[in-house]
Amino acid sequence: MLKIEFETPPLGELLTTPALQRDAMAHSRPFVAKPEHQQGLGFPGKLVDDWQDVALAKMDELLGKYRSLPVFLDACVKCGACTDKCHYYLGTGDPKNMPVARQDLLRKVYRRYFTLAGKWFPRLVGAVELSEDLINDWYSYYHQCSECRRCSVYCPFGIDTAEITMAGREILASIGMGQKYSNEIIGKVHIIGNNLGLPEPALANTLEGLEEEVEEDISVPVKFPLDQHGAEVLLVTPSADFFAEPHVDGLIGYAKVFHQAGISWTLSSYASEAANFGIFIGNYENMQKVAQRIRQAAIDLGVKRIVVGECGHAWRVAYSFWNTLIGPFDFLDPAYPVPQHICEFTYDLLQRGALKLDAKANDDKVVTFHDSCNVSRGSRLGSVPGGQFTIPRELIRFACSHFVDMAPDTIHEHTFCCGGGGGLLTDDLIELRVKGALPRAQALQQVIEQHGVTHMAAICAICKSQFSKVLPYYGMEMDMIISVHQLIGDALVFDSEH
Amino acid sequence: MVLGSVFAVLFYLAAIILVIGVASRGARYAQTPAPLVIPTTPAPLTRTGVAARMAREVVFFESLFKGSKWTWLFGWLFHFGMVVALARHLRYFTEPVWWWVAMIQWIGIYAGMAMFVGLTGLWARRLLVDRVRYISALSDHLMLLLLLAIAGSGLVMKYVQHTDIVSLKAFTVGLVTLDWQPLPADGPLLIHLSLVIVLMLIFPFSKLLHAPGVFFSPTRNMRDIPREHRHIAPWARDLPGAGPDRS
Repeated sequence: MLKIEFETPPLGELLTTPALQRDAMAHSRPFVAKPEHQQGLGFPGKLVDDWQDVALAKMDELLGKYRSLPVFLDACVKCGACTDKCHYYLGTGDPKNMPVARQDLLRKVYRRYFTLAGKWFPRLVGAVELSEDLINDWYSYYHQCSECRRCSVYCPFGIDTAEITMAGREILASIGMGQKYSNEIIGKVHIIGNNLGLPEPALANTLEGLEEEVEEDISVPVKFPLDQHGAEVLLVTPSADFFAEPHVDGLIGYAKVFHQAGISWTLSSYASEAANFGIFIGNYENMQKVAQRIRQAAIDLGVKRIVVGECGHAWRVAYSFWNTLIGPFDFLDPAYPVPQHICEFTYDLLQRGALKLDAKANDDKVVTFHDSCNVSRGSRLGSVPGGQFTIPRELIRFACSHFVDMAPDTIHEHTFCCGGGGGLLTDDLIELRVKGALPRAQALQQVIEQHGVTHMAAICAICKSQFSKVLPYYGMEMDMIISVHQLIGDALVFDSEH
Repeated sequence: MVLGSVFAVLFYLAAIILVIGVASRGARYAQTPAPLVIPTTPAPLTRTGVAARMAREVVFFESLFKGSKWTWLFGWLFHFGMVVALARHLRYFTEPVWWWVAMIQWIGIYAGMAMFVGLTGLWARRLLVDRVRYISALSDHLMLLLLLAIAGSGLVMKYVQHTDIVSLKAFTVGLVTLDWQPLPADGPLLIHLSLVIVLMLIFPFSKLLHAPGVFFSPTRNMRDIPREHRHIAPWARDLPGAGPDRS
């Protein structure tokens, strides 16, 4: 039984920068992957004997494959603009959680082995050898970054710590020090098709249950089709949507929208997962293999369009990387973007007047919106830059009358990660998750006090799981967090003509 | 004449190392692919938009402005002071002096002061803000010291101990025309020139690579059109997962 003792930070004033507390989170490290979790992904089962050589060879390889690495490792001038931007620094005060210091864990090794200055004058430029202590620091602190890209917004050179974290994790995995949570999950997707390891019969059963539940609730025969050949749309959604709260209410919302719009759709039991944890561990091949199932399912089911459910990093992978990884999508209908986000899908229907919403259904709520980090800074919705901010808010305004935004420096491109993204949504990191949620909790507390906010909507499965777990630590209700498509589904007016 | 020859040789050497060093680094960046589309969004959709974003970044330090107003202020004062001061120095290398170089001479002096103030402010932050002090290596302090000493020795020549400008110009024009001339043996001048040579030498091996680096930063120079345009790196094209049927 896992038991971690820690104190929840006091909410305090919005975005107060803490004083440095050295090594405050040095003890925080997730479970190391077991041999079977490593090997299924093509990594060595346990720490290899010549780990130092293997790590440096891997670093050399990555430096040649990703331009971001040499550019970002060379360019940093230590200006300090990023130092107070990471939610994990704000929540813990540990200086190694400042983005530049996190990068430096890798940069000082890069300098020692790959630059003249570091080879000749290591002390002068802070270059050090790759020691066991340092590898342990890597393991600890590269699992205290949620790859949210907030630091990259403020960096004068656009240095994105997520890229460094991904490289750090890939090197760790390649010497046998992968992370259990992410690697176990990726293994399940490779074998079964979703993060939960939910096989086809269980999935079919769950969906049948949902059909009965919804029909009982609203007396409309909303369907949740599975593996239906020839459907117009393949919906790929995070598997948490199948039963976790509040996610499932979002799934019900999507199903209601499809039903009312009269567009045939299906889920796939082969590709029953939108999430792609390959991005978290920074491994191109695993990310491609996970995504490949979706391409295959779309071809096998003969669909014309692919729509992706509410999930932050899944949308980043789908929107920004799918065409690269598994494109081109010349077998799909070119009239629609590939992939299309469920929010884009619903928004288009609303624009065309194909759906009717009655905001009165949500009159009991005062809603705010949490911009999910990977949607905000790693992707887009709609055809105009910034659509990722406007479209979800427009949807919420269609569905309810009372909407307020949180403080400007905590939304849009400045948004904070929920604290559980990037492969950290695991109970062995609960202290980090609680502390990392501090900035968002502060901003939420402010609108609760000033505007009586009752609910925070989000379009990410990780955000939803994370907030329902950590908001109670800050004295807030776990069911404050809801899906945007729950609001849509509840406000949807069913037209008996259909 | 010995002094002039020594400095001439050092200048040529430093210039060669600077140019080759930065060019080879730039070539390395250019040859390394960015295999995935990773602009920090919202990002422009067109090349013109990317050029505008990059221009705002390089000229106005847009992201830094979002990040830290003080660092932005001091950083901008320093960099643009330096640009103008460098432009002012063109009068030492051109004969006749270009009209616009003559025109900016009076601003050049204020630019030197702006450099000095900016650098002092940046160093103060590095020493006084606990977070910035924590991330600073010895080289980060020395870099500021070097730049301050260059700006300072330049200002000393203007305000405290004038140097023989006519002989200096003969020397600098001689560098350009490969007709070596003697260099005045003034303390501040020799310090100023020596430090500039040091700066040129360490440029390609230090964080000064941020200057070419920013143009290669994939979070700033990529377009946000991954759905419309298939972006793929050569090494990724050859992966087994890429599939046989795909271009």
